[in-house]
Amino acid sequence: MNVANPEGYTTPDGRRIGGVLMEMKNITLRFGGVNAITNISFDIRDGEIRAIIGPNGAGKSSMLNVISGFYVPQEGEVWFKGYKRGPMKPYQVARLGIARTFQNIALFDGMSVLDNIMTGRLTMMKSGLLGQAIWWGGAQREETENREKVEKIIDFLEIQNIRKTPVGRLPYGLKKRVELARALAAEPKLLLLDEPMAGMNVEEKEDMSRFILDVNDEFGTTIALIEHDMGVVMDLSDRVVVMDYGKKIGDGTPDEVRNNQDVIDAYLGVSHD
Amino acid sequence: MFYREAGDFKTSYVEDSQTFPIRFDRWRYYAVVILAVAVVPFFINDYWANAVFVPFLIYAIAAIGLNILTGYCGQVSLGTGGFMAVGAYACYKLMTAFPDVSILIHVLLAGGITAGVGVLFGLPSLRIKGFYLAVATLAAQFFLVWLFNKVPWFYNYSASGQISAPERSVLGVAVTGASATASAKYLFCLAILFVLAWLARNLTRGTVGRKWMAIRDMDIAAEIIGVNPLTTKLSAFAVSSFFVGVAGALFFSVYLGAVEVGEAFGIQKSFLILFMIIIGGLGSIFGSFAGAAFLVLLPVLLKNVLVGQLGWATDLAAHVELMIVGALIVVFLIAEPHGMAQLWRLAKEKLRLWPFPH
Repeated sequence: MNVANPEGYTTPDGRRIGGVLMEMKNITLRFGGVNAITNISFDIRDGEIRAIIGPNGAGKSSMLNVISGFYVPQEGEVWFKGYKRGPMKPYQVARLGIARTFQNIALFDGMSVLDNIMTGRLTMMKSGLLGQAIWWGGAQREETENREKVEKIIDFLEIQNIRKTPVGRLPYGLKKRVELARALAAEPKLLLLDEPMAGMNVEEKEDMSRFILDVNDEFGTTIALIEHDMGVVMDLSDRVVVMDYGKKIGDGTPDEVRNNQDVIDAYLGVSHD
Repeated sequence: MFYREAGDFKTSYVEDSQTFPIRFDRWRYYAVVILAVAVVPFFINDYWANAVFVPFLIYAIAAIGLNILTGYCGQVSLGTGGFMAVGAYACYKLMTAFPDVSILIHVLLAGGITAGVGVLFGLPSLRIKGFYLAVATLAAQFFLVWLFNKVPWFYNYSASGQISAPERSVLGVAVTGASATASAKYLFCLAILFVLAWLARNLTRGTVGRKWMAIRDMDIAAEIIGVNPLTTKLSAFAVSSFFVGVAGALFFSVYLGAVEVGEAFGIQKSFLILFMIIIGGLGSIFGSFAGAAFLVLLPVLLKNVLVGQLGWATDLAAHVELMIVGALIVVFLIAEPHGMAQLWRLAKEKLRLWPFPH
């Protein structure tokens, strides 16, 4: 298995990974005088599960925010689907086919689960203000078509019974799942997951891991995730980027990263003598 | 017992997303519509029309408008009175400039003009939120009232500075001016309210409504799923101002007939309509109706009971009314921020299981 092959590679479990989908080139992000990210480059291949790990404050979430357009890096280039991406607002990035979830759940508490997931399809719904106001023909047909797609995702994530419940009333684990559903409803090319398993018990983690693998397998969605649970990361991901203090200290398959001396030092500490 | 969803199966998504999914609710809705259209007009007299029905219908339109902006899109506005004034003056200018055109067209155009003004004053919402936006809309309120007082062109250079509605008709029936009958005024307002409420319901249940609510609940997350905050907020301002402008036009032309801007569309009007949606229920069309009905009926009721039955002085009764409304606002904000609409919803949930709650 040659993961450096530009044409793609085949994983040990037989999944075919394609060429480069997204490439970060020499990204540097500063807040005032603080360098959150220093000169980091890595790529994400079509169809792979790519993990970004690192100790607290390493700049992982900042990296995700750069990809999703919240932060504009001072230096460096973001390439997506073979094109260089100019400075974009987050809603424009969403229309490119990049969806994400948040570390602390960012759902719309006042709306039902169904409405929350339907918001994921907003970018595909084209009917105008007047058409919607009259609710006849196009607008209603569009609503029904998108509802069908959303119902498939509801089935997929096994949340049929809470369809009409207001999101504010749900427990934490289910909220995480609804947030994943909302991101999936957009049928993204690239799905960004910011700590999808934070604060979950073992059973919920297993469920979530299964969903992530299924999403990758059935929809062919490329996934980039940040996670602290090393067991999960090493099991799920095809390749791992390791960050520490805003710098990249390792990049490769889980096995390579595990045996990388810099990574071991960053996680276990190193004596300064 | 009759209020059940069990056995009322939905076999398509269209059926599932209808406004009244429970059969009993649907029948009740039809009954109310029939009552309003086919029964009330035959019994209505001038007192009931002017004291209760016409103001209720007009305030309901304004409350739906403000609810779209504040309740659904989360942008607090204290400029409702000013926007109603825009509707009223636009309607007046149109009525006097084109006397042959139907008043219905004028009212709708007045709404359109108000929508434009609303978008203009909605622009600051892209930068500022919450209290600060409320203050910015407050500036709109005072500026607009000042403008209509200051520039004589708006009131056609009349000596009194007032505007008064000439007689205009729809389909040959006078709805404004001295000779308009109570039932004509009532039916005209009812028809407009009916159509606008239906449009509002459609907007709030579809994509546009979800965008508004997404911005209201969490604007960062809304942006990440592809909602453009600029167009979404401005569309809420436009639609809301359209409703408020239509309400202002009707308030002037059909209800009052003659208007002095500071008196009819002052800051107290903005607060009155804001109180309507707080008591009625933020983010609910039904709540807009409930709040408007409550705040229109309460003074009439108190006046009849306190002055008519108990013989209190009129000013004392008016002060008691202010105290009651104030207390209710506080109680609702603390105990039930979603207003009467939420109480209604809870009652329905209980009723659904009654009398066997398990």
